[in-house]
Amino acid sequence: MLKYIGLSLFKSLVLVGITLLHVAYTTYAERKIIGHMQQRLGPNRVGPRGLLQPIADVLKLITKEDIIPSCVDSPGVFKLAPFISLVAGATSLAVIPIWENFVVTNVNMALLVVLAMSSLSSFGVILAGWASNSRYSFLGGLRASAQVISYEIAMALALVGVIMLAGSMNLIEIVKAQIESPFKIYAIPQIIGFFVFMVAAIAETNRTPFDLPEAESELVAGYFVEYSGIRFALFYLAEYFGMIVMCMLAVVCFLGGWYGPFEIPGVPMFWFLVKLYFLIFFYIWVRATLPRYRYDQLMGLGWKVLIPLALLNIVITGLIKVLV
Amino acid sequence: MLALEKLQEKFPEEIIETGESAGQTYVVVKREKIFDILKFLHESGELLFDHLADLTAVDWHKKKTPRFEVVYNLYSIRYKQFLRIKAQVPEEDPIITSVTPIWKVANWFEREVYDMFGIVFDGHPDLRRLLMPEDWEGFPLRKDYPLFLSPEKEWQGLVELKEKARRLAPFDWYQRVPGEVKEEEMKEPEEEKVAEGEGHGASA
Amino acid sequence: MAQALEIVPKQIDSDQWDEPYYVNMGPQHPATHGVLRIFLELDGETIVRCDPRIGYLHRGVEKLSENLTYSQAMVLTDRLDYIASAANNVGYCLAVEELMGLEVPRRAQIIRVIVCEMARIASHLLWLATHALDIGAMTVFLYCFRDREWLLDIFEEICGARLTVSYPRIGGVRLDFNQHIIDELYRFTEEFPRRIPEYETLIDVNRIWLKRTKGVGVISGEEAVNLGLTGPSLRGSGVRYDLRRSRPYLIYDELDFEVAVEYEGDVYSRYRVRMKEMREANKIIRQCLDKLAECEGEPTVAENAPDLLIPFGKPKRPQPAPHPKKGFLVKSVEVPIVPEGEVYFAIEAPKGELGYYIVSDGSGHPWRVRIRAPSFVHISALPALSEGQMVADIIAVIGSVDIVLGECDR
Repeated sequence: MLKYIGLSLFKSLVLVGITLLHVAYTTYAERKIIGHMQQRLGPNRVGPRGLLQPIADVLKLITKEDIIPSCVDSPGVFKLAPFISLVAGATSLAVIPIWENFVVTNVNMALLVVLAMSSLSSFGVILAGWASNSRYSFLGGLRASAQVISYEIAMALALVGVIMLAGSMNLIEIVKAQIESPFKIYAIPQIIGFFVFMVAAIAETNRTPFDLPEAESELVAGYFVEYSGIRFALFYLAEYFGMIVMCMLAVVCFLGGWYGPFEIPGVPMFWFLVKLYFLIFFYIWVRATLPRYRYDQLMGLGWKVLIPLALLNIVITGLIKVLV
Repeated sequence: MLALEKLQEKFPEEIIETGESAGQTYVVVKREKIFDILKFLHESGELLFDHLADLTAVDWHKKKTPRFEVVYNLYSIRYKQFLRIKAQVPEEDPIITSVTPIWKVANWFEREVYDMFGIVFDGHPDLRRLLMPEDWEGFPLRKDYPLFLSPEKEWQGLVELKEKARRLAPFDWYQRVPGEVKEEEMKEPEEEKVAEGEGHGASA
Repeated sequence: MAQALEIVPKQIDSDQWDEPYYVNMGPQHPATHGVLRIFLELDGETIVRCDPRIGYLHRGVEKLSENLTYSQAMVLTDRLDYIASAANNVGYCLAVEELMGLEVPRRAQIIRVIVCEMARIASHLLWLATHALDIGAMTVFLYCFRDREWLLDIFEEICGARLTVSYPRIGGVRLDFNQHIIDELYRFTEEFPRRIPEYETLIDVNRIWLKRTKGVGVISGEEAVNLGLTGPSLRGSGVRYDLRRSRPYLIYDELDFEVAVEYEGDVYSRYRVRMKEMREANKIIRQCLDKLAECEGEPTVAENAPDLLIPFGKPKRPQPAPHPKKGFLVKSVEVPIVPEGEVYFAIEAPKGELGYYIVSDGSGHPWRVRIRAPSFVHISALPALSEGQMVADIIAVIGSVDIVLGECDR
């Protein structure tokens, strides 16, 4: 019993530590990649080729003055909101398998846990928007929470197709079912589901082209306009955490998890990381290229396009399962 | 010029003088029927002055007797004709009819003329100051308004701002305001605090 | 101090009240192209009332120029539309020369046209960059600035300043072009038409861009004329009014270029008008460079041009020191003689119709300088363009009418 707790604690610490490092370097990668796409260099001063930039950013944000505006609705809620976002994003890490033997808790309802946690993260957004007691953050919080709730439905429906094909909600079972299936990855038979999931994931994490709630030119950072210093850093971390968790989920459910054409001895997580990095690059690429949707078009896309597509996907999967 | 002839035919007693300056015709009129004159120019079939290029005022302080002149620069896009109408406005009674019903662009032009010269436009939907702050006193572009304001006549908003900066200077990184600020001056005055403390969503 | 806003609740039911929701897109805002404050009354996402408030950048240019000589006042006009400052200078010099009856030599006119069109391209590049950035396409911003840097480098070589060039003089231009500038301009006109498709691929047929800009901020031709819109904002609504064709100045009547007109009247058509104008401006510069080669060696300044801020090479006349208490008032210097009279001269600035109404009383200082700025009129037209639309649309509309607060507030 104690050994089990100790092992879980160790695994979770390792996982959280490595993910935090990934999050920090995803911010660096984003700035570098977007810079090169825009014909300029990204950060290249701090450390060789700018590699120490995230550390410099974290140090700067930690040493800033902690400002709480005097008109906040309730300082307790104001301080609590970034933690809710961060914790909700990070808790999903506990159930995602990196390779066959490494998962912090092997729960039979892992997919449901992840969906529930992403719903919880919208709490942080609403609380931040309301507690800041400023017009821009209020508008931003409302928009963000409505957007997150709408796109969650599309995401969940897209995942239903995967559950139907694999027959279980346990993520390890899903990956094993993928490896045994003739296509090796579920992205091919579930192509519509994969597309819907990726679009919904971009909308869940409030990234371009769905980042109207926090768009600079329209609402000056939306729901976290009043946050500064380390609290702002926590929101920022929560956004990238969400991004990485969504990418991990996509890799596990649609791209075959840790499966690869050839095994590399000693590095069992290699293929998982390759697929993860590819999806993160895709997120960053989309941000550099596309303009932003207007809010009503965004909601229209979620409700009128993605949900019907996901339902169609379920119907087709059901038919295939029955007939084949 | 066709416009000039038509004007002389229709409003002969309103025109005070006509002339030409740098190749552009101008007509000086009295201010009473300016609305009818401009409406005629805007709607008449052969003239069609649909583009009000500019509406401004000139202050002839001590040079000419009706002190102000409101100048309308009109252009007809279709017939490529340019005309300038100048309406004389005396100093004691600086009121003239607004032409906002004819051209919507006159709205802000007239607000600026009111702001800078003090000429009131009768019938304007929303006459208030445009470029200067709402509580400014005086009309800047008049010739008797100085270029630099003396320190006694400084705008109240600037005085308050300087006072606030002086009071908050001790909290700055380095001493910007020479001399010391005493203890009791560092506290904010009482009424200001009450006004700022309340207000759920009232601050924008 | 200004009054606090009164929030008056409206009664919609027996026990329900509705309070209007006011939002300020305040003077400091990443999207409002300067210090513009828009006071919005919102009903959910729709704008019920829109009230732009300006005056945050008012520097008193008109009052100042009444106390300066004509040549000195020209430097003030640089800072009006600081993005395309060459066009402002050219307009002012043309207005004063019209009043004086001064004849400008042909070489100076061609150089002025080149500089005006370069300013037009620079201004439209900056417009596209900020418009795309507001709507979310960040990459277009950097591509446009890369080309704008090239133009600003050429400006620096022409006259020493990148942004506020005080290059024309009353009577001509300050310095002649040397051969390196002409070669650089030839290279630019060759390369630029290949760069424009780079910006267009990213946004022209992008579904998101089309959804954000088509059908937004629509205005019909007659209403646009009534609201005083000019320039590309008017030509996007189908009215073919270009001052370079209707009231030609400099050598525009000899040049061969097309006037860009679109008929929809929304944000997308204004975007297309400006993209076409960039290509036409490139063509104009090309033609002017060829014409420049024909009149080598001619003077760039008229013989009887006024003396202050004199062209390079002539000895300067000593001036008395400014009066310690009266600031800029310069009284006893030989100044250009401008006969009594008045003139209204308008040019096609990149943003619209920039007009100068100069009244002279025969002395060395102008009696009244009035600057009819296109951005002033366009901001006054914002309520008509944006009431009934959503908050996100007002950003697109502000971007499409291309305002700069320097010339609006003067």
